[in-house]
Amino acid sequence: MSAEYVLELRHMSKSFPGVKALDDVSIQVRPGSVHALMGENGAGKSTLMKCLFGIYAPDEGEILLDGKPVKFQNSRQALDGGVSMIHQELLSVPNRSVEENLWLGRYPLMGAGPFRLIDAKKMRSDTKALFKKLNMDIDPAVWLRNLSVSKIQSIEIAKAVSYNAKVIIMDEPTSSLTEHEVAHLFGIIRRLRSEGAAIVYISHKMEEILEIADEVSIMRDGRHVGTWRSSELTTAEIIKRMVGRDLTHRFPPRANVPGEVVLRVDNFTSAERHSFKDVSFDLRRGEILGIGGLVGAKRTELVETIFGLRFLESGRISLNGREIKIRSPVQAMGDKFALLTEERRATGIVPMLGVKENMLLANLSRYVGRTGLINEKQGISDTKEKIADLRIKTPSYRTLIKDLSGGNQQKVLFAKWLLTEPDILILDEPTRGIDVGAKYEIYSIIAELAASGKSIIMISSEMPELLGMSDRIMVMCAGRKTGILDGKTATQEEIMRLAALFE
Amino acid sequence: MANQETTALGERLNRRAVNDFMLKYAIYFVFVILIIAITFKEPTFLSIENFRNILSMSATRIIIAMGVGGILITGGTDLSAGRMVGLAAVISSSMLQALDYPRRMYPQLGELPLIVPIIAAMVVCGAVGLVNGLIVSKLRVPPFIATLGTMVAVYGATSLYFDRPPYGAQPIGGLDKRFTNLGSGWLGLDGRLSLPYIVLIALGIALIVWVLHNKTTFGKNIYAIGGNPEAAKVSGVNVTKNLLIAYTIAGLCYGLAGALEAARTGGATNNYGNGYELDAIAACVVGGVSTSGGIGTVPGMLVGVLIFSVINYGLTFVNMSPYWQQIVKGAIIIAAVALDIRKYLNKR
Repeated sequence: MSAEYVLELRHMSKSFPGVKALDDVSIQVRPGSVHALMGENGAGKSTLMKCLFGIYAPDEGEILLDGKPVKFQNSRQALDGGVSMIHQELLSVPNRSVEENLWLGRYPLMGAGPFRLIDAKKMRSDTKALFKKLNMDIDPAVWLRNLSVSKIQSIEIAKAVSYNAKVIIMDEPTSSLTEHEVAHLFGIIRRLRSEGAAIVYISHKMEEILEIADEVSIMRDGRHVGTWRSSELTTAEIIKRMVGRDLTHRFPPRANVPGEVVLRVDNFTSAERHSFKDVSFDLRRGEILGIGGLVGAKRTELVETIFGLRFLESGRISLNGREIKIRSPVQAMGDKFALLTEERRATGIVPMLGVKENMLLANLSRYVGRTGLINEKQGISDTKEKIADLRIKTPSYRTLIKDLSGGNQQKVLFAKWLLTEPDILILDEPTRGIDVGAKYEIYSIIAELAASGKSIIMISSEMPELLGMSDRIMVMCAGRKTGILDGKTATQEEIMRLAALFE
Repeated sequence: MANQETTALGERLNRRAVNDFMLKYAIYFVFVILIIAITFKEPTFLSIENFRNILSMSATRIIIAMGVGGILITGGTDLSAGRMVGLAAVISSSMLQALDYPRRMYPQLGELPLIVPIIAAMVVCGAVGLVNGLIVSKLRVPPFIATLGTMVAVYGATSLYFDRPPYGAQPIGGLDKRFTNLGSGWLGLDGRLSLPYIVLIALGIALIVWVLHNKTTFGKNIYAIGGNPEAAKVSGVNVTKNLLIAYTIAGLCYGLAGALEAARTGGATNNYGNGYELDAIAACVVGGVSTSGGIGTVPGMLVGVLIFSVINYGLTFVNMSPYWQQIVKGAIIIAAVALDIRKYLNKR
């Protein structure tokens, strides 16, 4: 029975304390095809793949590879069995070289017996051969920590490909890639497909799915909603099936009216090498200013400098016509700035603390009473108020933030900064890694804030988001401002042209 | 104008390159400066004899540092190292007392080949190391706590073995000449150009560990485990097995170091090795090993140990008060790490 399917997942179930992460999921994947797996965050996609890859043990269910039942106890067995995986959370060792990361777990050896040594020459030539085959140009000896995130992701892709697996799981492989690199990845995927490999592709990016996938399986709340040929689907239909309701508008209506200029940035040049240079812009009251650009455009560095996390070589910043100097986040907060950072897990949440502690973190001094101790009551009531205001889904204010979904974590961080009552709210990729339903709610919060007179700077790498939410869009490329566009009339092509001006 | 700009840029790049170079080899500069400073104060310091003494003093410490260093690289730590050195010293010397010594622990014991007691000490300490590894990898007890526990327990075991009738808690003395000769003799062409046996052994161990770390799968794996355990796991690395090996190798190192320490000093008590684990960790850290794992080199560890020996020996040589020496040592630990960490900070 030369199987019609290379991979069959049958009746898979998996529970974690308090949640049924997978509920009787059955999915079949054909060889030589790209099978997209879609669903909101928490729908169970990653859990399903981790069960397949031997990281989790499923409670129930059966996995068939080439028609034969398999049960992988760990990743080693999965890799040996012909399944490789690109992990969402970029699992690499920063203080080791590119090649050592690539061949980790299967270094080429020479000699015989128990004292075999690593064959460094073969490792180098294998690395070069792999990069040549994949058309990549990275120095095999350089330490990973010296590479950009997009390069590291490319290496993870190369690593997953190099196992010559029958099934390659790609969990959000493009989250840090530039458009150019995404096109390159798709070239690799098409070649793997023509060579007979099956690719399970997890992504939130609709446009990507419709371009690359042959079939699309959609999951919701741990259940399998269905599988369709991608040619039968549209973005709207996918979203509808993912959230289980119609989402006719991806963006909420906006009622904000930009007023007078509140912030003026003149000739900002970073003190760091290879960072932003000579950037000037202004921001109006009640305005949403989008900042677009590719990874490496130094947008994050720019806003982190405004917030006092990094240092300026030259340039001026004025607030309501008065020149200010910001040397630390504390000063920035004193001037009514707030910064929602890009890496939610790395620099946003404190995972082992509760919702309340996370929400009050930026603002604790306000809760210190006359005794010098923290006024718990006030903190609890403010937390509860924000939970209701922002419609944060959490069992209680005591719940550890790590147990919330990405979207709800992000809302807690929004609440944290709103409690500092900022005038200027800087958002760095505010909807990254957040599912479609929660995205809409985040957009609504942003729109409401702007309408209430707050000024907003929003970095985004998602074109539709920039176009759908911004009053104006500033585009950066390689550390320089390449243009400012009107949000109503700008087009995707225009932004792309400006974002790649010096490429 | 443009020319001026390029020169300015060139200068800046140059300064940066010099900075990077200085940072990369900071610890080696500290080492050289230290020697120059001591020599400046006391020119007779620069003699072959002094260097031979410093090397002999360093030998057992180097072997201990090789063991602890491997564990630090996995992201762990080992507080039981010092007590294991004591255990090994007591075991090996109890088996190697001279036949004509009146108070032998085992009066009936014949003359053993030199290697047997050393192997015995290594096997016992290797087994304790394996236990450490099991506690860390199987019971998932954090290494600090796991080895704190074994540190205390090993001292108890050593004392039970040591403090027995008829002689009770008397230092084990009267060691076999062959054994003490191993600890204090040297190999050389003439009196001047020679190296103590224990230094040769220590350098041999360092070489073996260097090969292990750089040329074997085990070595690469411990760097990956220390650098990102999750990445190692999903790449198919058997984390448990590699941790067990790292802790066992460390135990073997302590066993050898303990036996050599007994041979060098001509005796042993249950208090031997007390505090050596912290000296070894400090030496590794000064030599650029990161306590958070994944970073460290064998040459770095060697220099780290030598720096402490030079401080110990050199500052005594220039008659610095031992209390001041402690202050200098403490300052060097902090300064070295503060400097070393710049390597990883400046690329934010």
